[in-house]
Amino acid sequence: MFNFFLLILIYSGIYALMAIGQNVITGYGGMLSLCQAGFFAIGSYATAILATQFGWSFWATLPVAALLSAVFGLLIGLPTLRLKGDYLAIATLGFGEIVRNVLNNWDSLTNGPMGIQKIPMPDLFGFTINPYRKYAFLVMIIIFVIIAYYLFQRLARSRMGRALTAVREDEIAAQSMGINITKYKVYAFVLGAAVAGIAGSLQAVFSLSVTPGTYTFMVSVMVLCMVVLGGMGNFKAAILGAFIIQLISYFPQLTGLSSVIPPQFKQILFGLILVVMMIWRPQGLLGREEHTYGKKHAQKRGSK
Amino acid sequence: MILLETEALTRAYGGVVAVSKVDFQVEAGLITGLIGPNGAGKTTLFNNMTGLDVPSSGKVFFNNKDITGFPAHKICRMGIARTFQNIRLFKELSVVENVMIGRHFKTGKDATHGRFLNALKSYVYLKQEEQEIYEAADNWLDFFDMSQFKNELAKNLPYGRQRELEIARALATDPKLLFLDEPAAGMNPQETDHLMATIRKIRDLGITVVLIEHDMKLVMNICDTITVLNYGMKLAQGTPREIKHNPSVIEAYLGKEEE
Ligand SMILES: Nc1ncnc2c1ncn2[C@@H]1O[C@H](COP(=O)(O)OP(=O)(O)OP(=O)(O)O)[C@@H](O)[C@H]1O
Ligand SMILES: [Mg+2]
Repeated sequence: MFNFFLLILIYSGIYALMAIGQNVITGYGGMLSLCQAGFFAIGSYATAILATQFGWSFWATLPVAALLSAVFGLLIGLPTLRLKGDYLAIATLGFGEIVRNVLNNWDSLTNGPMGIQKIPMPDLFGFTINPYRKYAFLVMIIIFVIIAYYLFQRLARSRMGRALTAVREDEIAAQSMGINITKYKVYAFVLGAAVAGIAGSLQAVFSLSVTPGTYTFMVSVMVLCMVVLGGMGNFKAAILGAFIIQLISYFPQLTGLSSVIPPQFKQILFGLILVVMMIWRPQGLLGREEHTYGKKHAQKRGSK
Repeated sequence: MILLETEALTRAYGGVVAVSKVDFQVEAGLITGLIGPNGAGKTTLFNNMTGLDVPSSGKVFFNNKDITGFPAHKICRMGIARTFQNIRLFKELSVVENVMIGRHFKTGKDATHGRFLNALKSYVYLKQEEQEIYEAADNWLDFFDMSQFKNELAKNLPYGRQRELEIARALATDPKLLFLDEPAAGMNPQETDHLMATIRKIRDLGITVVLIEHDMKLVMNICDTITVLNYGMKLAQGTPREIKHNPSVIEAYLGKEEE
């Protein structure tokens, strides 16, 4: 039972990374993308293939996974940038499905539906991070989430985060203020994809096997749900959303009710969460992060 | 010195010729008015000079450089800023953040033409860069006497203040040339008077101003020169006095009022 809770925490962490990426694309950039599963899959397979067929260590595959996903983020980002709202959602959804289909059918590289097994465990200074002993793995995931949170939070509070927000708020005004809107939209896609690729890489060394069936459209929907539930434009909220959604989706197993509650309940519940949040609290549980400026300044003035 | 001019600029939307062979000149250092009845093509002309729209034919020159068809962000970076007829603020951002966005391309990677090391540097020295951006933005808020609203969301400002904020945001890009599309629209007479003083202050900073306006009192009071559009064509150009007494201008306006 406790072990099971650790498992949920680990998955929360992996999904939190994807949600952080989604938050860059959707929360900050305002683009409704539905292909985190595709980038997740690319990251997983990059690690799986490099580790099993070329004997690379996990740490060497990690940047490749991130980079490869980022390249695909660029490839999907560039042509779809003209699309808005529903159209973008459909195009990205298609991309996610294409990735899964390629993985399913490129037997020589991906071993098709059977997937790739026996992925070696990651080593760190001679210490093996064994996913069966969940503590060490959880610690590693938490460190990844903290680093990603820190980096992205900084980005959000920089001129880049502000520029991306401006593009979301009003493209015409943004470009009239000297912002290259195409560039920032592509940036958002590339960064969102890269961090999902890292999540994929971690997923590969956690389950020690990868199969195309893991990377379905439902994964992308779940990630979107996490961001919407937590609050768009807020990285803390993305992490919180990831945890809550994971808790909910393992609720039947956690409570021992899995024989009573059918597995499809997840799909229904996620749909319900999206609808309820849109009506009841469209800004999400935590809402968008607001920045206040010039407190120091104000104090100085006040003390005069 | 001519700062900006168009040469036979034409913009047609299908059959509708919104702007037709217009030669428009902006003299550096002056306040230029652009007037004309509704639908005369004033906003379209603005859009074609600021990169939001591409002329069907004709050219735009800024500082004698052909900028026809340049993307909007490039034109802004060259020193042309603008506001919009139907206010386009970043509504969910705070007042000061709106102005800070005007400083976007002044620091970091964009200021130094995309050098990776500079991007990294601005990331490492984030606090310092943010402080620079913030202070510049805060100065512009002071200029408009709106520092007290700095952390309010832009959408919560009163209407007149929103118009001013849009001007502040445009000024934050350090423009040489500022386009204002109906800055007094929706303002009461007091606010309009205040706006007139502000526009003169902006001119005194050495910034050339072009404004579209229906408020004739404002136009006749502050413009050094006026260009009149009617049905997409340039009808007249001259000092406020000349325009006021130009028979074809009077006809264009009176003709409209008779309807
Ligand atoms: N994107 C567009 N597509 C089609 N027609 C357009 C478009 N933009 C403007 N027009 C048409 O071009 C003409 C000029 O419009 P414009 O907005 O430039 O006028 P204006 O002088 O700014 O008027 P107002 O004083 O009402 O703001 C109008 O007939 C308008 O309907
Ligand atoms: Mg107009």
